[in-house]
Amino acid sequence: MELLMSIVIGIIFSVTIYLFMSKNLLRVVAATLLLSHGVHLLLITMSGLQRGAAPILSFDADAYTDPLPQALVLTAIVISFGVTAILLVMSYRTYKVHKTDDLEELRGSADE
Amino acid sequence: MTLLHWAVLLPFIAAILIPFLYKYLKRIHTGWFVLVLPLVLFVYFLSFIPKTSSGEVILNNLNWVPSLGINFNVYLDGLSLLFALLITGIGSLVVLYSIYYLSKHKEKLNNFYVYLLMFMGAMLGVVLSDNLIVIYVFWELTSIASSLLISYWYTREKSVYGALKSMYITVFGGLSMLGGFSLLYVIAGTFSIRELIANADLVMASSLFIPAMILVLLGAFTKSAQFPFHIWLPDAMEAPTPVSAYLHSATMVKAGIYLVARLTGVFGGSPEWFWIITIAGLVTLTWGSISAVRQKDLKGILAYSTVSQLGLIMSLLGAGSAAFYFQDGDNALYMTAILAAVFHLINHATFKGSLFMAAGIIDHETGTRDIRKLGGLMTVLPVTATISLIGLASMAGLPPFNGFLSKELFFTGMLNVTEYGIFNLETFGFIIPVIAWIASVFTFLYCILMFSKTFMGKFDISKLKVKHVHEAPVGMLISPVILAALVILFGLFPNLLAYSLIEPAMAAIAPGILSPGEFFDVHISHWHGFSPELWMTFGVVILGILLFMTFKKWENTAFYRGEQDLFNYAYDYGFDGFIKGSQWLTRIQMTGRLRDYFIYMNTFIILIMAYTMYRYSLPAIQSLDLSPIPVYFWLVILVFVCSIVIIPFINNRVALIITTGVSGFIVALLFVLFRAPDLALTQLLIESVSVILFMLVFYHLPKLKKVKTPPKMKAVKLIISVGFGLMITLGSLSVFSMGQEVNFDSISEYYVENSKEEAGGYNIVNVILVDFRGLDTMLEILVVSMAVLTVVSLIRLRFKGSEDI
Repeated sequence: MELLMSIVIGIIFSVTIYLFMSKNLLRVVAATLLLSHGVHLLLITMSGLQRGAAPILSFDADAYTDPLPQALVLTAIVISFGVTAILLVMSYRTYKVHKTDDLEELRGSADE
Repeated sequence: MTLLHWAVLLPFIAAILIPFLYKYLKRIHTGWFVLVLPLVLFVYFLSFIPKTSSGEVILNNLNWVPSLGINFNVYLDGLSLLFALLITGIGSLVVLYSIYYLSKHKEKLNNFYVYLLMFMGAMLGVVLSDNLIVIYVFWELTSIASSLLISYWYTREKSVYGALKSMYITVFGGLSMLGGFSLLYVIAGTFSIRELIANADLVMASSLFIPAMILVLLGAFTKSAQFPFHIWLPDAMEAPTPVSAYLHSATMVKAGIYLVARLTGVFGGSPEWFWIITIAGLVTLTWGSISAVRQKDLKGILAYSTVSQLGLIMSLLGAGSAAFYFQDGDNALYMTAILAAVFHLINHATFKGSLFMAAGIIDHETGTRDIRKLGGLMTVLPVTATISLIGLASMAGLPPFNGFLSKELFFTGMLNVTEYGIFNLETFGFIIPVIAWIASVFTFLYCILMFSKTFMGKFDISKLKVKHVHEAPVGMLISPVILAALVILFGLFPNLLAYSLIEPAMAAIAPGILSPGEFFDVHISHWHGFSPELWMTFGVVILGILLFMTFKKWENTAFYRGEQDLFNYAYDYGFDGFIKGSQWLTRIQMTGRLRDYFIYMNTFIILIMAYTMYRYSLPAIQSLDLSPIPVYFWLVILVFVCSIVIIPFINNRVALIITTGVSGFIVALLFVLFRAPDLALTQLLIESVSVILFMLVFYHLPKLKKVKTPPKMKAVKLIISVGFGLMITLGSLSVFSMGQEVNFDSISEYYVENSKEEAGGYNIVNVILVDFRGLDTMLEILVVSMAVLTVVSLIRLRFKGSEDI
């Protein structure tokens, strides 16, 4: 299962990088969202999958899935949501001010 | 801490006090306070002469960073003492001179004396330290002090140019030198010069010998203005004249010579050391003396003359290093060269110091240093003219002055080289005295030129900016008169110095040649009979005078009219090119395109990851312990991959949002399957909010356009993104397999065992977040609140006018 997930994560990253290199601002924002999915899955996969019960002690199992990566990913999900939210609003403001969402046209400013 | 340590640190301490003295005792020239320090130190160092001349050395240890082998160990032997006396002796005279040279009403004396004292302390540190790293630190401090002093009149463009130039060149050399010192440490495991000399055989046998030597020599050559690094010295003449006399002729530029002399015991005896130093010295000597003839500025002549004299001393040290090749036998043959080097070092400090001060007086009184405007000053400035005559005659190598003696010894040293019979000298050796002789002819020529153009001919005040020219005040004349008196004194009684200063310095340069209790034979005299050296001097005088008589013919050649050094063009173009090159390099990569940046970054990441995996041959992927894959899982993955892969092809806003959302919800599902209920819950919540937010924002944004990408670009994008994905897959697998192979105890066990006992919670993930790592979570909440504030302000804030965001 880890092998399969590694390949899937590879695919997510490929698509993400491809989207990052597009000219459209919205695709770039979508790419960050996908990137965070990829990273979260990567963290979970690297610690081994389905190796025991969910990390809740009341299940009273012999083995539990590693809780530490889960705690990390939980933090990461929230933070990456913050990032996505800011990027979305930024792209909205950028469009309002510059009247374009094409990264090629947004290149360079008067201050440069 | 011993008195010697304090001797090094005192100038720095005094430098701290200077600004206060300057501010609160404005009526007295700050120089008078400063003068006390070098005088006291000079007398203090004089008291060491009896000790060093009997072959004693003083070593006082002070541990600084012993674990790294860096210790502030003060070491005093004949060579260090000679330099310490030069630094404090010339320093006292220069400070005295500066009191009259720099007006207390117009100049920023606090800056001047702070830099000067900083230099004095640093220079003493260089010559009194035994540890290479300490030497390096003080060495760079002298570079900084020198630059600050060159740019003392910092509003003048040329001063700033000269300061930067000297800084770039000497700091480049200093850094190379640091590299050389580190290599020596790698070889011998010590930074102490004493121990390096004791282990000279080990250094010599090492394969790093040549690189270490070249790096150290780069430092010495840049500092001592050796060809082709000499170009900074003429531009350093923008400094006030006392500084030129002190730093740029008597002391700082001799730091390179000091280093070469000091390390002769480590590197000496190898043919490379001999050839590099001798040739660099001779080329510098010749180039400097020929360039000096072309100069029209008094200080320009003196600057190139300093370059040339430094080359002379350097070449002698190179020739003398052969002593280490023979170790025993007839040491008079090659020790003559070292004797000449040490003697000329002292002589050069005396006559060049007096000449610089005389040039300063001329500048001070007439307002110009251009020899085309000067002339006939002999009657107007009689004392200055006498001082200059003595200095110039000594520099030209005429008897009975000290310059004659050291020049004769120089010829002897160079002639002796042909008799060494090593390093292929039988074939090329004869060139060395010939070059030395040619350079001496030009030295003689610029000496006469300088005197005749300044002091002879007609005095024409209309060419000068000032109304009246009169002799300098007595105070200003004291220092050059003392130096000129020393020129005569050392000329008439050279043996005053022979066993008090010269012999101990020679013994320090060539340690281990003599057995204890023995002394080198130092015998300096004016008359050796009609030896080849004397005939060479006759030749120099005759040819020099002939060239001077016919100088009218040379005056109109392009050679004389131009005065720019060829290497200045190289520096200027090189410097411009460097800046333009960097700008060009920045321009081609900093395109402002996200896509380009991603291409660079990812290409690099792919290459470096691929190399790492190839290098460590993908740690044992065969031993993977994988979980079984249930059938339904294939289905989930299929939908997931489809929803991801389709995203780049969507050209519809709503479809894009929904597909992204679908992938997010499948991630939540995957979390459920991976037994992570908390993650699944969070992901569901966050994904829902994200989709809503997307919808809100997309509503305001334009429709997605179908983007046409050129096929070539498309291929590049594809290769990079697929390559990156592949690297991530391989990386994930290798981390996973390594985690299984190493099989260390996971720190998770701690949380599993303690979450109930310590925190009273059953959900381990929750306990970690809110209890064990509660503070982290609190900070995370802070981050999210900041994000919320940013979002709100970005939406609500309205910028006025054309302000950019």
